[in-house]
Amino acid sequence: MTLLSDLATPLVMGVLLGGLYAVIALGLSLVFGVVKEINIAHGDLVILGSYFGYVAMTVLGIDPILSLVIGMPILFGIGFVIQKYLLNRAFKISVDATLIIAFGISIILQNTYQLLWTPLSRGLTTSYALASFSAGPIHVPLTYLLDFIVAIIVMLLLRTFLMKTYLGKAIRAAAQDRKAAHLMGINTDQVYACTFGISAVLAAVAGIFLGLTFSFTPVSGMSFLLIALGIVVLGGIGSIVGTFVGGIAFGLAQTLGGYSLGLAAQMLVAYVMVLVVLALIPRGIFGR
Amino acid sequence: MTEDMLLKISHVDAFHGSFQALWDVSLTVKPGEIVAIIGANGAGKSTLLDTISGLVHPAKGSIEFEGKIISTMEPFQVVGLGISQTPEGRRIFSDLTVLENLIIRSYNRRARPEREDNLQRVYQFFPVLDERKSQMAKTLSGGEQQMLAIGRGLMSNPRLMLLDEMSLGLAPIVVNELYKVLREIRDRGITILFVEQNVRRSLNEADRAYIMEAGRVILSGNAAELREEERVKKAYFGT
Repeated sequence: MTLLSDLATPLVMGVLLGGLYAVIALGLSLVFGVVKEINIAHGDLVILGSYFGYVAMTVLGIDPILSLVIGMPILFGIGFVIQKYLLNRAFKISVDATLIIAFGISIILQNTYQLLWTPLSRGLTTSYALASFSAGPIHVPLTYLLDFIVAIIVMLLLRTFLMKTYLGKAIRAAAQDRKAAHLMGINTDQVYACTFGISAVLAAVAGIFLGLTFSFTPVSGMSFLLIALGIVVLGGIGSIVGTFVGGIAFGLAQTLGGYSLGLAAQMLVAYVMVLVVLALIPRGIFGR
Repeated sequence: MTEDMLLKISHVDAFHGSFQALWDVSLTVKPGEIVAIIGANGAGKSTLLDTISGLVHPAKGSIEFEGKIISTMEPFQVVGLGISQTPEGRRIFSDLTVLENLIIRSYNRRARPEREDNLQRVYQFFPVLDERKSQMAKTLSGGEQQMLAIGRGLMSNPRLMLLDEMSLGLAPIVVNELYKVLREIRDRGITILFVEQNVRRSLNEADRAYIMEAGRVILSGNAAELREEERVKKAYFGT
Protein backbone atom coordinates (compact mmCIF):
# COMPACT_ATOMS: atom_id res chain seq x y z
CA MET A 1 0.00 0.00 0.00
CA THR A 2 2.79 2.41 0.89
CA LEU A 3 4.66 1.44 -2.28
CA LEU A 4 1.54 2.08 -4.31
CA SER A 5 0.86 5.42 -2.70
CA ASP A 6 4.54 6.34 -3.07
CA LEU A 7 4.38 5.40 -6.73
CA ALA A 8 1.12 7.22 -7.32
CA THR A 9 2.64 10.68 -7.67
CA PRO A 10 5.45 9.76 -10.12
CA LEU A 11 2.98 7.67 -12.13
CA VAL A 12 0.48 10.49 -12.50
CA MET A 13 3.21 13.05 -13.11
CA GLY A 14 4.75 10.85 -15.77
CA VAL A 15 1.49 10.52 -17.66
CA LEU A 16 0.69 14.23 -17.40
CA LEU A 17 4.22 15.23 -18.37
CA GLY A 18 3.87 12.89 -21.32
CA GLY A 19 1.12 15.18 -22.59
CA LEU A 20 3.52 18.12 -22.74
CA TYR A 21 6.15 15.97 -24.41
CA ALA A 22 3.61 14.83 -26.96
CA VAL A 23 2.77 18.43 -27.90
CA ILE A 24 6.49 19.21 -28.22
CA ALA A 25 7.02 16.13 -30.42
CA LEU A 26 3.86 16.54 -32.53
CA GLY A 27 5.27 19.21 -34.83
CA LEU A 28 8.49 17.27 -35.32
CA SER A 29 6.52 14.13 -36.13
CA LEU A 30 4.29 15.99 -38.60
CA VAL A 31 7.20 17.39 -40.62
CA PHE A 32 9.07 14.09 -40.39
CA GLY A 33 6.05 12.13 -41.58
CA VAL A 34 4.88 14.46 -44.35
CA VAL A 35 7.88 16.33 -45.70
CA LYS A 36 10.38 13.58 -44.69
CA GLU A 37 12.65 16.15 -43.09
CA ILE A 38 14.16 15.91 -39.62
CA ASN A 39 13.71 19.45 -38.39
CA ILE A 40 16.63 19.83 -36.00
CA ALA A 41 15.46 23.37 -35.26
CA HIS A 42 12.09 22.21 -33.91
CA GLY A 43 13.19 22.46 -30.28
CA ASP A 44 14.42 25.99 -30.89
CA LEU A 45 11.08 26.95 -32.44
CA VAL A 46 9.42 25.61 -29.30
CA ILE A 47 11.71 27.82 -27.20
CA LEU A 48 10.85 30.75 -29.47
CA GLY A 49 7.26 30.11 -28.40
CA SER A 50 8.41 30.19 -24.77
CA TYR A 51 10.20 33.52 -25.25
CA PHE A 52 7.16 34.86 -27.02
CA GLY A 53 5.13 34.13 -23.91
CA TYR A 54 7.90 35.65 -21.80
CA VAL A 55 7.82 38.92 -23.72
CA ALA A 56 4.04 39.02 -23.67
CA MET A 57 4.08 38.53 -19.92
CA THR A 58 6.94 40.80 -18.88
CA VAL A 59 6.74 43.58 -21.48
CA LEU A 60 3.08 43.68 -22.43
CA GLY A 61 1.61 42.26 -19.25
CA ILE A 62 -0.53 39.72 -21.13
CA ASP A 63 -1.13 36.19 -19.91
CA PRO A 64 1.22 33.89 -21.85
CA ILE A 65 -1.62 31.59 -22.91
CA LEU A 66 -3.57 34.52 -24.34
CA SER A 67 -0.47 35.66 -26.21
CA LEU A 68 -0.90 32.60 -28.44
CA VAL A 69 -3.49 34.58 -30.39
CA ILE A 70 -0.59 36.58 -31.81
CA GLY A 71 2.13 33.98 -31.33
CA MET A 72 0.54 31.22 -33.42
CA PRO A 73 0.12 33.25 -36.64
CA ILE A 74 3.63 34.66 -36.31
CA LEU A 75 5.16 31.20 -35.83
CA PHE A 76 3.08 29.92 -38.76
CA GLY A 77 4.56 32.65 -40.93
CA ILE A 78 8.11 31.87 -39.81
CA GLY A 79 7.64 28.15 -40.43
CA PHE A 80 6.01 28.74 -43.82
CA VAL A 81 8.87 30.97 -44.97
CA ILE A 82 11.57 28.56 -43.74
CA GLN A 83 10.07 25.68 -45.71
CA LYS A 84 9.06 27.64 -48.79
CA TYR A 85 12.27 29.59 -49.35
CA LEU A 86 14.93 27.40 -47.75
CA LEU A 87 13.99 23.78 -47.24
CA ASN A 88 11.90 23.20 -50.39
CA ARG A 89 14.88 24.33 -52.45
CA ALA A 90 17.34 22.33 -50.38
CA PHE A 91 15.16 19.23 -50.70
CA LYS A 92 15.59 19.30 -54.48
CA ILE A 93 19.34 18.88 -53.90
CA SER A 94 19.18 16.18 -51.23
CA VAL A 95 17.62 15.30 -47.89
CA ASP A 96 21.01 15.88 -46.25
CA ALA A 97 20.92 19.49 -47.39
CA THR A 98 17.70 20.08 -45.43
CA LEU A 99 19.33 18.60 -42.34
CA ILE A 100 22.27 20.99 -42.56
CA ILE A 101 20.05 24.00 -43.18
CA ALA A 102 17.84 23.10 -40.22
CA PHE A 103 20.98 22.80 -38.11
CA GLY A 104 22.03 26.27 -39.26
CA ILE A 105 18.61 27.68 -38.39
CA SER A 106 18.93 26.09 -34.96
CA ILE A 107 22.26 27.84 -34.29
CA ILE A 108 20.97 31.18 -35.59
CA LEU A 109 17.90 30.97 -33.34
CA GLN A 110 19.90 30.01 -30.24
CA ASN A 111 22.33 32.89 -30.72
CA THR A 112 19.51 35.32 -31.38
CA TYR A 113 17.88 34.31 -28.11
CA GLN A 114 21.17 34.87 -26.27
CA LEU A 115 21.49 38.33 -27.77
CA LEU A 116 17.92 39.34 -27.06
CA TRP A 117 17.29 37.70 -23.71
CA THR A 118 20.79 36.85 -22.33
CA PRO A 119 21.76 33.28 -21.36
CA LEU A 120 19.85 33.57 -18.07
CA SER A 121 17.24 30.99 -17.21
CA ARG A 122 13.66 32.25 -17.62
CA GLY A 123 10.24 30.92 -16.75
CA LEU A 124 6.62 31.87 -17.30
CA THR A 125 5.87 32.34 -13.62
CA THR A 126 2.19 33.19 -13.63
CA SER A 127 0.12 32.78 -10.47
CA TYR A 128 -1.38 29.49 -11.62
CA ALA A 129 2.03 28.18 -12.70
CA LEU A 130 2.98 27.78 -9.05
CA ALA A 131 -0.28 26.22 -7.84
CA SER A 132 -0.63 22.51 -7.26
CA PHE A 133 -3.44 20.10 -6.56
CA SER A 134 -3.73 17.06 -4.35
CA ALA A 135 -5.96 14.01 -4.54
CA GLY A 136 -5.33 11.40 -1.87
CA PRO A 137 -1.64 10.54 -1.94
CA ILE A 138 -1.09 12.38 -5.22
CA HIS A 139 0.48 15.84 -5.31
CA VAL A 140 0.94 17.34 -8.74
CA PRO A 141 1.62 20.88 -10.01
CA LEU A 142 -1.45 22.37 -11.68
CA THR A 143 0.48 23.11 -14.86
CA TYR A 144 1.05 19.39 -15.42
CA LEU A 145 -2.68 18.84 -15.50
CA LEU A 146 -3.06 21.82 -17.82
CA ASP A 147 -0.37 20.38 -20.13
CA PHE A 148 -2.25 17.13 -20.42
CA ILE A 149 -5.60 18.74 -21.18
CA VAL A 150 -3.99 20.98 -23.78
CA ALA A 151 -2.28 17.96 -25.33
CA ILE A 152 -5.61 16.22 -25.84
CA ILE A 153 -7.24 19.34 -27.28
CA VAL A 154 -4.33 20.00 -29.64
CA MET A 155 -4.30 16.42 -30.89
CA LEU A 156 -8.04 16.34 -31.50
CA LEU A 157 -7.86 19.64 -33.38
CA LEU A 158 -4.95 18.46 -35.49
CA ARG A 159 -6.68 15.19 -36.27
CA THR A 160 -9.90 16.94 -37.27
CA PHE A 161 -7.94 19.34 -39.43
CA LEU A 162 -6.10 16.52 -41.22
CA MET A 163 -9.29 14.49 -41.72
CA LYS A 164 -11.81 17.15 -42.71
CA THR A 165 -10.14 19.99 -44.61
CA TYR A 166 -8.78 19.99 -48.15
CA LEU A 167 -5.37 21.10 -46.92
CA GLY A 168 -5.40 18.30 -44.35
CA LYS A 169 -6.24 15.72 -47.01
CA ALA A 170 -3.62 17.15 -49.35
CA ILE A 171 -1.08 16.88 -46.52
CA ARG A 172 -2.01 13.23 -45.96
CA ALA A 173 -1.87 12.52 -49.68
CA ALA A 174 1.54 14.17 -50.05
CA ALA A 175 2.79 12.19 -47.05
CA GLN A 176 1.66 8.90 -48.57
CA ASP A 177 2.89 9.37 -52.13
CA ARG A 178 4.70 12.45 -53.35
CA LYS A 179 4.49 11.62 -57.06
CA ALA A 180 0.81 10.76 -56.91
CA ALA A 181 0.17 14.00 -55.02
CA HIS A 182 1.83 15.93 -57.85
CA LEU A 183 -0.40 14.18 -60.36
CA MET A 184 -3.49 15.06 -58.33
CA GLY A 185 -2.76 18.68 -59.05
CA ILE A 186 -1.60 19.31 -55.50
CA ASN A 187 0.93 22.13 -55.26
CA THR A 188 3.25 20.11 -53.05
CA ASP A 189 5.70 22.95 -52.36
CA GLN A 190 2.82 24.96 -50.95
CA VAL A 191 1.50 21.99 -48.97
CA TYR A 192 4.92 21.39 -47.44
CA ALA A 193 5.27 25.06 -46.51
CA CYS A 194 1.86 24.91 -44.80
CA THR A 195 2.82 21.69 -43.03
CA PHE A 196 5.95 23.32 -41.66
CA GLY A 197 3.89 26.35 -40.68
CA ILE A 198 1.45 24.14 -38.77
CA SER A 199 4.39 22.39 -37.12
CA ALA A 200 5.62 25.82 -35.97
CA VAL A 201 2.14 26.65 -34.63
CA LEU A 202 2.33 23.44 -32.60
CA ALA A 203 5.76 24.60 -31.41
CA ALA A 204 4.23 27.91 -30.31
CA VAL A 205 1.66 26.11 -28.18
CA ALA A 206 4.25 23.68 -26.82
CA GLY A 207 6.58 26.60 -25.98
CA ILE A 208 4.01 28.35 -23.81
CA PHE A 209 3.17 25.27 -21.78
CA LEU A 210 6.81 24.26 -21.58
CA GLY A 211 7.55 27.71 -20.15
CA LEU A 212 4.73 27.36 -17.62
CA THR A 213 6.09 23.96 -16.53
CA PHE A 214 9.89 24.34 -16.68
CA SER A 215 12.44 27.11 -16.80
CA PHE A 216 14.26 27.56 -20.09
CA THR A 217 17.44 29.10 -21.51
CA PRO A 218 18.43 29.97 -25.10
CA VAL A 219 19.86 26.48 -25.60
CA SER A 220 17.02 24.46 -24.01
CA GLY A 221 15.65 23.67 -27.47
CA MET A 222 18.31 21.03 -28.07
CA SER A 223 17.44 18.95 -25.01
CA PHE A 224 13.74 19.05 -25.86
CA LEU A 225 14.55 18.12 -29.45
CA LEU A 226 16.27 15.01 -28.13
CA ILE A 227 13.20 14.12 -26.09
CA ALA A 228 10.95 14.75 -29.08
CA LEU A 229 13.11 12.60 -31.35
CA GLY A 230 12.91 9.77 -28.82
CA ILE A 231 9.12 10.08 -28.74
CA VAL A 232 8.76 10.12 -32.52
CA VAL A 233 10.88 6.98 -32.74
CA LEU A 234 8.88 5.36 -29.93
CA GLY A 235 5.45 6.19 -31.26
CA GLY A 236 6.07 5.76 -34.98
CA ILE A 237 6.71 8.54 -37.47
CA GLY A 238 3.75 10.67 -38.46
CA SER A 239 1.19 9.07 -36.15
CA ILE A 240 -0.73 11.40 -33.82
CA VAL A 241 -1.83 8.61 -31.48
CA GLY A 242 1.68 7.18 -31.60
CA THR A 243 3.16 10.51 -30.59
CA PHE A 244 0.73 10.73 -27.68
CA VAL A 245 1.50 7.21 -26.48
CA GLY A 246 5.22 7.76 -27.07
CA GLY A 247 5.06 10.98 -25.04
CA ILE A 248 3.39 9.23 -22.13
CA ALA A 249 5.84 6.32 -22.27
CA PHE A 250 8.70 8.77 -22.27
CA GLY A 251 7.24 10.78 -19.38
CA LEU A 252 6.64 7.63 -17.35
CA ALA A 253 10.14 6.27 -17.99
CA GLN A 254 11.54 9.57 -16.84
CA THR A 255 9.55 10.00 -13.63
CA LEU A 256 9.68 6.32 -12.63
CA GLY A 257 13.39 6.16 -13.50
CA GLY A 258 13.97 9.26 -11.43
CA TYR A 259 11.92 7.86 -8.59
CA SER A 260 13.73 4.53 -8.40
CA LEU A 261 17.28 5.36 -9.56
CA GLY A 262 17.60 9.05 -8.72
CA LEU A 263 17.15 12.21 -10.77
CA ALA A 264 20.45 11.73 -12.62
CA ALA A 265 19.17 8.51 -14.18
CA GLN A 266 15.95 10.02 -15.63
CA MET A 267 17.14 10.43 -19.19
CA LEU A 268 19.18 7.25 -19.10
CA VAL A 269 16.09 5.17 -18.31
CA ALA A 270 14.02 6.95 -20.96
CA TYR A 271 16.59 6.43 -23.69
CA VAL A 272 17.27 2.82 -22.79
CA MET A 273 13.55 2.33 -23.30
CA VAL A 274 13.72 4.06 -26.70
CA LEU A 275 16.58 1.77 -27.74
CA VAL A 276 14.77 -1.36 -26.57
CA VAL A 277 11.60 -0.41 -28.46
CA LEU A 278 13.66 0.45 -31.52
CA ALA A 279 15.35 -2.94 -31.40
CA LEU A 280 12.08 -4.87 -30.96
CA ILE A 281 9.72 -2.80 -33.19
CA PRO A 282 11.88 -0.65 -35.48
CA ARG A 283 8.86 1.19 -36.92
CA GLY A 284 7.68 2.31 -33.52
CA ILE A 285 4.56 1.36 -31.60
CA PHE A 286 2.13 2.86 -34.13
CA GLY A 287 4.43 2.96 -37.14
CA ARG A 288 3.37 1.69 -40.53
CA MET B 1 -2.02 22.16 -88.96
CA THR B 2 -0.50 23.00 -85.59
CA GLU B 3 -3.76 24.61 -84.50
CA ASP B 4 -5.76 21.41 -84.46
CA MET B 5 -3.18 19.51 -82.41
CA LEU B 6 -4.15 19.02 -78.80
CA LEU B 7 -0.68 17.89 -77.77
CA LYS B 8 2.51 18.50 -79.68
CA ILE B 9 5.82 17.12 -78.46
CA SER B 10 8.80 18.32 -80.49
CA HIS B 11 12.32 16.85 -80.33
CA VAL B 12 12.35 16.21 -76.59
CA ASP B 13 15.40 14.95 -74.72
CA ALA B 14 14.93 14.05 -71.05
CA PHE B 15 17.17 12.70 -68.31
CA HIS B 16 16.89 10.70 -65.11
CA GLY B 17 19.94 12.03 -63.31
CA SER B 18 22.74 11.44 -65.79
CA PHE B 19 20.86 8.74 -67.69
CA GLN B 20 19.23 9.96 -70.87
CA ALA B 21 15.77 8.38 -71.01
CA LEU B 22 14.34 10.19 -74.05
CA TRP B 23 16.14 10.99 -77.31
CA ASP B 24 14.64 13.46 -79.75
CA VAL B 25 11.08 12.29 -79.20
CA SER B 26 8.34 13.91 -81.26
CA LEU B 27 4.67 13.00 -81.00
CA THR B 28 1.30 14.59 -81.67
CA VAL B 29 -2.21 13.91 -80.46
CA LYS B 30 -5.32 15.34 -82.11
CA PRO B 31 -8.50 16.10 -80.19
CA GLY B 32 -10.72 13.06 -79.81
CA GLU B 33 -8.06 10.50 -80.65
CA ILE B 34 -6.98 7.41 -78.77
CA VAL B 35 -3.23 7.14 -79.19
CA ALA B 36 -1.04 4.33 -77.88
CA ILE B 37 2.62 4.37 -76.94
CA ILE B 38 4.01 0.87 -77.23
CA GLY B 39 7.34 -0.53 -76.20
CA ALA B 40 9.24 -2.88 -73.93
CA ASN B 41 10.22 -2.14 -70.34
CA GLY B 42 12.70 0.72 -70.19
CA ALA B 43 11.79 2.08 -73.60
CA GLY B 44 11.01 5.47 -72.06
CA LYS B 45 7.21 5.30 -72.23
CA SER B 46 6.59 6.23 -68.61
CA THR B 47 9.25 8.92 -68.71
CA LEU B 48 7.48 10.41 -71.69
CA LEU B 49 4.20 10.58 -69.76
CA ASP B 50 6.02 12.06 -66.75
CA THR B 51 7.58 14.67 -69.01
CA ILE B 52 4.13 15.67 -70.30
CA SER B 53 2.86 15.83 -66.70
CA GLY B 54 5.68 18.14 -65.62
CA LEU B 55 7.27 15.64 -63.24
CA VAL B 56 10.35 15.58 -65.49
CA HIS B 57 11.38 18.70 -67.33
CA PRO B 58 12.87 18.14 -70.79
CA ALA B 59 16.51 19.12 -71.31
CA LYS B 60 15.79 19.93 -74.95
CA GLY B 61 12.73 20.36 -77.14
CA SER B 62 9.26 21.55 -76.25
CA ILE B 63 5.79 20.32 -75.33
CA GLU B 64 2.71 22.28 -76.34
CA PHE B 65 -0.82 21.70 -75.12
CA GLU B 66 -3.56 23.59 -76.99
CA GLY B 67 -0.82 25.83 -78.38
CA LYS B 68 0.60 26.66 -74.95
CA ILE B 69 4.14 25.67 -73.96
CA ILE B 70 3.85 23.41 -70.92
CA SER B 71 7.34 21.91 -70.78
CA THR B 72 8.51 24.36 -68.10
CA MET B 73 5.40 24.08 -65.92
CA GLU B 74 5.02 22.41 -62.55
CA PRO B 75 2.80 19.29 -62.31
CA PHE B 76 -0.08 21.06 -60.55
CA GLN B 77 -0.18 23.70 -63.30
CA VAL B 78 -0.30 20.99 -65.98
CA VAL B 79 -3.21 19.34 -64.18
CA GLY B 80 -4.91 22.73 -64.03
CA LEU B 81 -4.70 23.07 -67.81
CA GLY B 82 -6.57 19.80 -68.30
CA ILE B 83 -4.05 16.98 -68.50
CA SER B 84 -4.46 14.13 -66.05
CA GLN B 85 -2.17 11.14 -65.65
CA THR B 86 -3.15 7.80 -64.18
CA PRO B 87 0.27 6.47 -63.23
CA GLU B 88 1.60 2.95 -63.45
CA GLY B 89 0.81 0.93 -60.34
CA ARG B 90 -2.32 3.05 -59.78
CA ARG B 91 -0.80 4.88 -56.79
CA ILE B 92 -4.10 5.48 -55.06
CA PHE B 93 -3.92 6.84 -51.51
CA SER B 94 -4.54 3.65 -49.57
CA ASP B 95 -5.28 5.41 -46.26
CA LEU B 96 -7.84 7.77 -47.74
CA THR B 97 -11.40 6.70 -48.48
CA VAL B 98 -12.57 6.08 -52.04
CA LEU B 99 -14.48 9.37 -52.02
CA GLU B 100 -11.51 11.28 -50.61
CA ASN B 101 -9.30 9.83 -53.32
CA LEU B 102 -11.74 11.17 -55.92
CA ILE B 103 -12.36 14.57 -54.34
CA ILE B 104 -8.69 15.34 -53.76
CA ARG B 105 -8.21 15.60 -57.49
CA SER B 106 -10.94 18.16 -58.04
CA TYR B 107 -9.44 21.26 -56.47
CA ASN B 108 -7.99 22.97 -59.51
CA ARG B 109 -9.87 25.89 -61.01
CA ARG B 110 -11.17 23.90 -63.99
CA ALA B 111 -12.54 21.06 -61.94
CA ARG B 112 -13.90 22.63 -58.79
CA PRO B 113 -17.15 24.07 -60.18
CA GLU B 114 -17.94 20.77 -61.89
CA ARG B 115 -17.06 18.49 -59.01
CA GLU B 116 -20.55 17.07 -58.49
CA ASP B 117 -21.09 16.43 -62.21
CA ASN B 118 -17.72 14.77 -62.54
CA LEU B 119 -18.35 12.64 -59.48
CA GLN B 120 -21.69 11.47 -60.89
CA ARG B 121 -20.00 10.72 -64.19
CA VAL B 122 -17.34 8.60 -62.43
CA TYR B 123 -20.07 6.70 -60.56
CA GLN B 124 -21.85 6.16 -63.86
CA PHE B 125 -18.75 4.60 -65.39
CA PHE B 126 -17.89 2.63 -62.26
CA PRO B 127 -20.98 2.03 -60.06
CA VAL B 128 -18.86 -0.05 -57.67
CA LEU B 129 -17.05 3.14 -56.58
CA ASP B 130 -20.36 4.65 -55.51
CA GLU B 131 -21.12 1.55 -53.44
CA ARG B 132 -17.73 1.68 -51.76
CA LYS B 133 -17.21 5.42 -51.50
CA SER B 134 -16.70 5.48 -47.73
CA GLN B 135 -14.35 2.49 -47.62
CA MET B 136 -10.61 2.90 -47.26
CA ALA B 137 -9.10 2.63 -50.74
CA LYS B 138 -6.77 -0.18 -49.66
CA THR B 139 -9.76 -2.48 -49.12
CA LEU B 140 -10.58 -2.48 -52.85
CA SER B 141 -9.57 -5.31 -55.16
CA GLY B 142 -6.90 -4.70 -57.79
CA GLY B 143 -9.47 -4.14 -60.54
CA GLU B 144 -11.50 -1.78 -58.37
CA GLN B 145 -8.36 0.13 -57.48
CA GLN B 146 -7.64 0.61 -61.17
CA MET B 147 -11.23 1.83 -61.65
CA LEU B 148 -10.62 4.28 -58.80
CA ALA B 149 -7.38 5.39 -60.42
CA ILE B 150 -9.14 6.05 -63.74
CA GLY B 151 -12.12 7.64 -62.02
CA ARG B 152 -9.77 9.88 -60.12
CA GLY B 153 -8.25 10.90 -63.43
CA LEU B 154 -11.66 12.15 -64.57
CA MET B 155 -12.17 14.26 -61.46
CA SER B 156 -9.73 16.95 -62.55
CA ASN B 157 -11.99 17.54 -65.57
CA PRO B 158 -9.29 16.74 -68.14
CA ARG B 159 -9.19 17.34 -71.88
CA LEU B 160 -6.40 14.80 -72.21
CA MET B 161 -5.99 11.64 -70.14
CA LEU B 162 -2.65 9.87 -69.88
CA LEU B 163 -2.86 6.25 -68.77
CA ASP B 164 0.22 4.25 -67.85
CA GLU B 165 0.00 0.44 -68.00
CA MET B 166 -3.55 0.29 -66.76
CA SER B 167 -4.00 -3.41 -67.52
CA LEU B 168 -0.90 -4.54 -65.64
CA GLY B 169 -1.69 -7.46 -63.32
CA LEU B 170 -5.43 -7.49 -64.01
CA ALA B 171 -7.61 -10.32 -65.28
CA PRO B 172 -8.47 -10.07 -69.02
CA ILE B 173 -12.17 -9.71 -68.24
CA VAL B 174 -11.46 -6.65 -66.07
CA VAL B 175 -9.18 -5.23 -68.74
CA ASN B 176 -11.92 -5.60 -71.35
CA GLU B 177 -14.25 -3.69 -69.06
CA LEU B 178 -11.70 -0.90 -68.56
CA TYR B 179 -11.11 -0.48 -72.29
CA LYS B 180 -14.86 -0.34 -72.86
CA VAL B 181 -15.05 2.54 -70.39
CA LEU B 182 -12.07 4.19 -72.07
CA ARG B 183 -13.95 4.26 -75.36
CA GLU B 184 -16.98 5.76 -73.60
CA ILE B 185 -14.73 8.39 -72.05
CA ARG B 186 -13.43 9.24 -75.49
CA ASP B 187 -16.97 9.49 -76.80
CA ARG B 188 -17.54 12.18 -74.17
CA GLY B 189 -14.83 14.24 -75.86
CA ILE B 190 -11.81 13.40 -73.75
CA THR B 191 -8.67 12.56 -75.68
CA ILE B 192 -6.64 9.57 -74.57
CA LEU B 193 -2.93 8.80 -74.73
CA PHE B 194 -2.08 5.45 -73.19
CA VAL B 195 1.01 3.38 -72.58
CA GLU B 196 0.79 -0.36 -72.85
CA GLN B 197 3.14 -3.31 -73.11
CA ASN B 198 0.55 -5.51 -74.73
CA VAL B 199 1.08 -4.68 -78.40
CA ARG B 200 -1.85 -6.61 -79.84
CA ARG B 201 -4.28 -5.03 -77.41
CA SER B 202 -2.89 -1.54 -78.00
CA LEU B 203 -3.15 -1.74 -81.76
CA ASN B 204 -6.73 -2.98 -81.46
CA GLU B 205 -7.82 -0.19 -79.12
CA ALA B 206 -5.95 2.80 -80.51
CA ASP B 207 -6.48 4.94 -83.60
CA ARG B 208 -2.78 5.60 -83.92
CA ALA B 209 0.32 4.34 -82.17
CA TYR B 210 3.94 5.20 -81.54
CA ILE B 211 6.44 2.42 -80.98
CA MET B 212 9.37 3.26 -78.72
CA GLU B 213 12.68 1.54 -78.22
CA ALA B 214 15.55 2.66 -75.96
CA GLY B 215 14.16 6.16 -75.53
CA ARG B 216 13.42 6.79 -79.21
CA VAL B 217 10.30 6.65 -81.34
CA ILE B 218 11.19 4.07 -83.96
CA LEU B 219 7.86 3.70 -85.73
CA SER B 220 4.53 5.46 -85.77
CA GLY B 221 1.31 5.51 -87.71
CA ASN B 222 -2.22 4.33 -88.06
CA ALA B 223 -2.92 1.38 -85.74
CA ALA B 224 -4.47 -0.71 -88.50
CA GLU B 225 -1.46 -0.16 -90.72
CA LEU B 226 0.98 -0.92 -87.93
CA ARG B 227 -0.73 -4.26 -87.37
CA GLU B 228 0.21 -5.21 -90.91
CA GLU B 229 3.73 -3.76 -90.74
CA GLU B 230 6.33 -6.50 -91.15
CA ARG B 231 8.68 -5.12 -88.52
CA VAL B 232 5.93 -4.97 -85.93
CA LYS B 233 4.72 -8.47 -86.77
CA LYS B 234 8.22 -9.81 -86.48
CA ALA B 235 9.19 -8.00 -83.30
CA TYR B 236 5.99 -8.29 -81.35
CA PHE B 237 3.70 -10.95 -82.73
CA GLY B 238 6.42 -13.47 -83.50
CA THR B 239 5.18 -14.29 -86.99
